[in-house]
Amino acid sequence: MAGGQGEHIVGAPAPRKEGRDKVSGRARYIDDLSFPNMLYGTTVRSRIPRGKIKKIDFGPGIAWSEYVVVSAKDIPGKNCIALLENDQPCLADVVVNHPEEPILLLAHPERHALAKAVAAVEIEYEELPAIFTMEESERGDQIIWGKDNVFKSYRIEKGDVDSVWAKADYIVEGEYFTGAQEQLYIEPQGVIAAFDVEKGITLWGSLQCPYYVHKAMIALLGLREDKVRVVQTETGGAFGGKEEYPSMIAGHAALLAMKAGRPVKMIYDRAEDMAATTKRHPSRTRLRTAVSKDGQILGGEIEMVMDGGAYVTLSPVVLSRATIHSGGPYHWPSVRVRSKVVATNAPPHGAFRGFGAPQALFATERHMDKIAKTLGLSPAEIRRRNFLTQGQTTITEQEIREPIELVKMLDRALELADYDAKKKRFANENKTGGQRNGMGIAAFLHGAGFTGSGERYLASVVGVEGCADGRVKILVSSTEFGQGTNTVLCQIAAEAMGLPYEEVTIAQPDTMEVPNSGPTVASRTAMVVGNLVASAALGLKQTLAAGGYLREGGAAEEFRAACAKYVAERGELRSFAKYESPAGIFWDDEKYRGEAYASYAWAVYVAEVAVDMTTYSAKVNDFVALQEIGRVMNPVLARGQILGGVAQGIGFALYEKVEWRNGRMANSQMTNYIVPTSADMPPIRVYFEELGNKHGAFGAKGIGELPMDGPAPAVVNAIEDALGVPFDHVPLMPEDIFDGVEAAGARASELHFHAGVR
Amino acid sequence: MSAKREIALTVNGEQRTLRAHPMERLLDVLRRDLGLTGTKEGCGEGECGACSVLMDGALVDSCLIPAGQAQGARVVTIEGVAGDARFNSLREVFLQSGGAQCGICTPGMILAAVQLLERNPAPTMDEIREGLAGNICRCTGYMQILEGVAEAARRATAR
Repeated sequence: MAGGQGEHIVGAPAPRKEGRDKVSGRARYIDDLSFPNMLYGTTVRSRIPRGKIKKIDFGPGIAWSEYVVVSAKDIPGKNCIALLENDQPCLADVVVNHPEEPILLLAHPERHALAKAVAAVEIEYEELPAIFTMEESERGDQIIWGKDNVFKSYRIEKGDVDSVWAKADYIVEGEYFTGAQEQLYIEPQGVIAAFDVEKGITLWGSLQCPYYVHKAMIALLGLREDKVRVVQTETGGAFGGKEEYPSMIAGHAALLAMKAGRPVKMIYDRAEDMAATTKRHPSRTRLRTAVSKDGQILGGEIEMVMDGGAYVTLSPVVLSRATIHSGGPYHWPSVRVRSKVVATNAPPHGAFRGFGAPQALFATERHMDKIAKTLGLSPAEIRRRNFLTQGQTTITEQEIREPIELVKMLDRALELADYDAKKKRFANENKTGGQRNGMGIAAFLHGAGFTGSGERYLASVVGVEGCADGRVKILVSSTEFGQGTNTVLCQIAAEAMGLPYEEVTIAQPDTMEVPNSGPTVASRTAMVVGNLVASAALGLKQTLAAGGYLREGGAAEEFRAACAKYVAERGELRSFAKYESPAGIFWDDEKYRGEAYASYAWAVYVAEVAVDMTTYSAKVNDFVALQEIGRVMNPVLARGQILGGVAQGIGFALYEKVEWRNGRMANSQMTNYIVPTSADMPPIRVYFEELGNKHGAFGAKGIGELPMDGPAPAVVNAIEDALGVPFDHVPLMPEDIFDGVEAAGARASELHFHAGVR
Repeated sequence: MSAKREIALTVNGEQRTLRAHPMERLLDVLRRDLGLTGTKEGCGEGECGACSVLMDGALVDSCLIPAGQAQGARVVTIEGVAGDARFNSLREVFLQSGGAQCGICTPGMILAAVQLLERNPAPTMDEIREGLAGNICRCTGYMQILEGVAEAARRATAR
């Protein structure tokens, strides 16, 4: 792949940096690594949702002297997983608050010796009443966290919403629900820990955020920061599921390794991973909207509640993103949003691609269809009449200053989907036959980067190093887990320096080697970290030029020679860049008002869905995904992000249902938690618009999470179009569709009956 | 678990003999005893296909195969495919099409594609969908994998 003078590597389909290792089976994931004398670790977990631990017995039939056993008493530092609130213990000692809560740790030289030992540990509890639903938590049936079970609440107030109801021609109300969703990365969570009195603790693992683990280990182990080293190994999928949970499993492996004096590997099996680790927050959203007879939204109230599980983890941040996205891509002259996340006795819910936005936008986009139906307008028309335009403000009163072309995008998406013709044809054909077809639209947005003042607090640092061999190495803690960090950041550095792509490499994320470029989350890597990489790369070039090593406009070969010469003569050649927040960015954390995100990506998705009237299963037959993402950095990778996100979104809508039994996931197996296979997926047609972004590297906006937001409402809107029956929740399983159709039929015949007797 | 015994099998064209409990999983024997870590464990229950290998020409989930059953069998793993010139184009198309993202399902997916193309050198898109439906990928939404396999088939038949 070229990319030197005159050619652009940003925007080109540069091959995945680590791709060759992945397609040949050489890539080394955490379970592929092994150390001499290594033990295998496992976790003894609570089997009740809530109670006091009275007694722990180590039952008969096990040679307990062969095992290393760790309890909360062995924790040298603070017994918590340090993150936002330090409320989650690393190991429960007095009480348990959810059915999978870790209590003890065991390690043994033989992996197969672990399961029978876990089964032999007998824990006696004094059970306490538990709560499992948002409603039980809101009512305060039991107070299990703080004064009122509320982890966090927000309020947005724009304009005078109380005055709009009197002016409204229509008041449309709706209530919408979304279920938990499992990330289901195919590589389960895993970590290896090794302890050395001199060097401290080293952790290798499958993870997204090395510095989150670093911070958590300092608190838990009571070690100085230079005695904690965290290294990310090749990571087999994450989707948010490896944002905060790795601090838990890393803490466990570290405690075992410190006590054993030997390296310890912990790898979850699928059942443990699904049952015990975080999932997408279930949600309930109520919308009450005032609408004029010509279809203008005058104002509204949005009330959202999320189920956070037993501990805070990242819930406040998830709720924040949900709250800000709850208005969708529409202009609300006035709005009041009230949101909260509450505690239940289930394992904590956490980060999952989209991070609250898919829940909020499911409600908004279902509600837009409800407004359309109430007014007798088409779903396309109600959106067209309310889309945000340049100069208007979002629900946080952020002015849209950059170009925004939602009407044009909607028209293009409808044309690509052949929407009008198909809708007409289906309306006709749906009167007969065993299959009903429908078309559904979702229009939405996704803010890139940390919310509000988040990026300023993160203050990310990026390094670029000129190596002795003349090549360039990027130093970031930003991680690759399939989404393309390695490739895109190397493209950016190559473009900024005018070097061939092959001349740029990226360091393995290792807290001893790389600066903290922030967590790899929030669709921030290409935009925010990419910008810093470009800036550090230019700085490196300037250093070489200023030292007389490189002349202006020198060829790539000259750069290589100059870099090698500099290192030979002067030693280390490194350039760093630190995040500075752009001027004119205002955010009020108290009032939740201002510039919530530096940029937004915009999208219109159209789903064509068929419902089989014998089995009541729904299948997506065609899917158009059109988005404006600033600049496509790599067309193959960008399309891959959209395709994968849409697949997860279709799973969220139609297949992926967590069955809860007293706070525990009852279907923690791939046999009965169903994700889409290749046979379930429609052809997904991906289209991009590129309007640029002054805040992102070479115009990039965030892209990773966006495609998760739209599919669920588009699919359920299409099902309503097919059946004429509204549904208010996902996942929407065949039995739910059956119930909905039956209930609608019963209502219809009742109406018919009343009409008859009248 | 019964006592260890000697198991002789052919792995990637080489005769190998090892000692294992006959009821151990072929997956563990390949990864631990033979160091062939390209074969991955995703679910341990035969649902995800990450541990797919070819056994006497058939695609199997190595997490469901007792090691004793592999006695005398010919087993091919990703490492064997990676060294085989016939499969170069499959690896290349996975790279070009974007068929590998996180990479954890990729070895199993490539072996499923190998078997599919051996049995059906010119599959339709629907036949590719069906042929790979036993292998779960959580990253790609499958499209770029399907396109890659179709391209590999096209290149092979055009030759």
